Amino acid sequence: MPIKKDEVRHVAQLARLKLSDKEIDYFAGQLARIIDYIDQLKEVDTSGVEPTDHVLSIQNIFRKDNVKPSLTKEAVLKNAPASEAGLFKVPRIIEEL
Amino acid sequence: MGLNQQTAAGLIKMINAGTAGAGDIVTDTLQRISDVDKKVGAFIDVAGRKALLKKAEGAKGRLAGIPVALKDNLCEVNRPTTCSSRILKGFKPPYAATVVRKLEDEGAILLGKLNMDEFAFGSSCETSCYGPTRNPWDLDRIPGGSSGGSAAAVAADEAIMALGSDTGGSIRQPASLCGVVGLKPTYGRVSRYGLIAFASSLDQIGPVTKSVEDCALLLGVIAGHDEQDSTSIDTPVPDYTEFLNSDIKGLKAGVPKEYFVKGLDSEVEKAVRSAIDVFKKLGVEIVELSLPHTKYALSTYYIIASAEASSNLARFDGVQYGYRAAGAKDIINMYSSTRSKGFGEEAKRRLMLGTYVLSSGYYEAYYLKASKVRTKIKEDFDRTYERCDFIITPTSPTAAFKIGERTGDPLSMYLSDVYTIPANLAGIPAISIPCGFTGKGLPVGLQILAAAFREDIIIKAAHAFEINTDFHKRRPSL
Repeated sequence: MPIKKDEVRHVAQLARLKLSDKEIDYFAGQLARIIDYIDQLKEVDTSGVEPTDHVLSIQNIFRKDNVKPSLTKEAVLKNAPASEAGLFKVPRIIEEL
Repeated sequence: MGLNQQTAAGLIKMINAGTAGAGDIVTDTLQRISDVDKKVGAFIDVAGRKALLKKAEGAKGRLAGIPVALKDNLCEVNRPTTCSSRILKGFKPPYAATVVRKLEDEGAILLGKLNMDEFAFGSSCETSCYGPTRNPWDLDRIPGGSSGGSAAAVAADEAIMALGSDTGGSIRQPASLCGVVGLKPTYGRVSRYGLIAFASSLDQIGPVTKSVEDCALLLGVIAGHDEQDSTSIDTPVPDYTEFLNSDIKGLKAGVPKEYFVKGLDSEVEKAVRSAIDVFKKLGVEIVELSLPHTKYALSTYYIIASAEASSNLARFDGVQYGYRAAGAKDIINMYSSTRSKGFGEEAKRRLMLGTYVLSSGYYEAYYLKASKVRTKIKEDFDRTYERCDFIITPTSPTAAFKIGERTGDPLSMYLSDVYTIPANLAGIPAISIPCGFTGKGLPVGLQILAAAFREDIIIKAAHAFEINTDFHKRRPSL
């Protein structure tokens, strides 16, 4: 099943990657080869097989809901490309009316 | 012989006997880095001499005064931690990874950060935004990956020990290609808090060392339950050094036929077959095995690992840390410009593949299918434990290849992990130890695998092999 260029463009958008037409062509070719290879899994009979999401059979782990020290706001914001008034600053999200 | 050429166990004896000082060890190691790292390129950041000497002075604990270096995906407080990616340039973590804190608590001297494939996506260290690390045995060749910096630094005596991470072979394959010891512990054995995640159902942190003894020592320091990582298992940590010098007579070793097929280099096969003979001479019974789903491991891995990576790496969006592309007018463009400029080619390829296999209409055909085949691969291993105590295989199908040789062909690059991936899918521990050299003088690695939480058997078997051979004693001339 070859992967179409439109599909590559759609996937890039989902992954929040801006790709040039040249990159779309390039990745379409490479992804087609990789997908062709991984399609071999179709030959494995997995009827009645449970999927493995976690290799060890561990359960949810709970802890007491006690207040503990955590990172300060300053420490967390120190790495932000932009911050203001103790908040992360990003470009406009809501369009002007 | 410089102190940097010693093993950690050797240095600890010397410190205790008063024949070496922690300051001298730091000095010799930093000197070595300044002498050879221009050629090798293992380090991307080295800590300052004064600070290290000061730490060495008062160091206490099981690794007191031992210089250890970290793969660049492990968070160290206020030290650059970038996963060798442009998108994390400038990031200085406000907290330490649990393994880093444990090393500091035991007096280890943290030398700095080691090069890796970008976000651990690669098998050659060539996808790093800083450029490739070189194999100390042949500077025209790759050191393996993704923990290529870790393996090259230890092989070149630029660090006494190092930590790496292993998602599909990223500790064992470079250890094999650089002629050092590398262990991927059982999934859940070591806390991953502070390890920048690649594929959360597969990632483990582990030691890269010059000897099996050092591996046992370092594993004992980093292993154990951690409240901060709910996938870490609350089971006691044994003193792994107790399993050194054990008699392995009467143990059974399985040799799976699927690991000796087309694609395995004849010189690698010869070295591994000779290693099997060493085990026979030590009284180990060799059992022929079949792991019938081995040929599906690579496909299963690339679906699961890429899918999990595409989800984990969604957090790199230019908001909280690292790089942000300038000039975007709205937030969606800010995200996509940042990610397009911040991620390298292999990262983009994996994010695209991962997003594709999880996308609407394909989830069942790919991700769910792969999760089911993963069960079959795990069951292959489960069936062997009644018949053998451990399994021996080659670590990688070939010795180190040339820089640039496989960069144009992602599939051929992925194939270099074909023997290491199954252990991650099954969650079991596996080690790579030196077991020979090719005609060109390149190291060959032997992989030893065992059941979950049976690192004791791996250490026993690997150590017995090591003390009866001298491949681990050879060092590259630089």
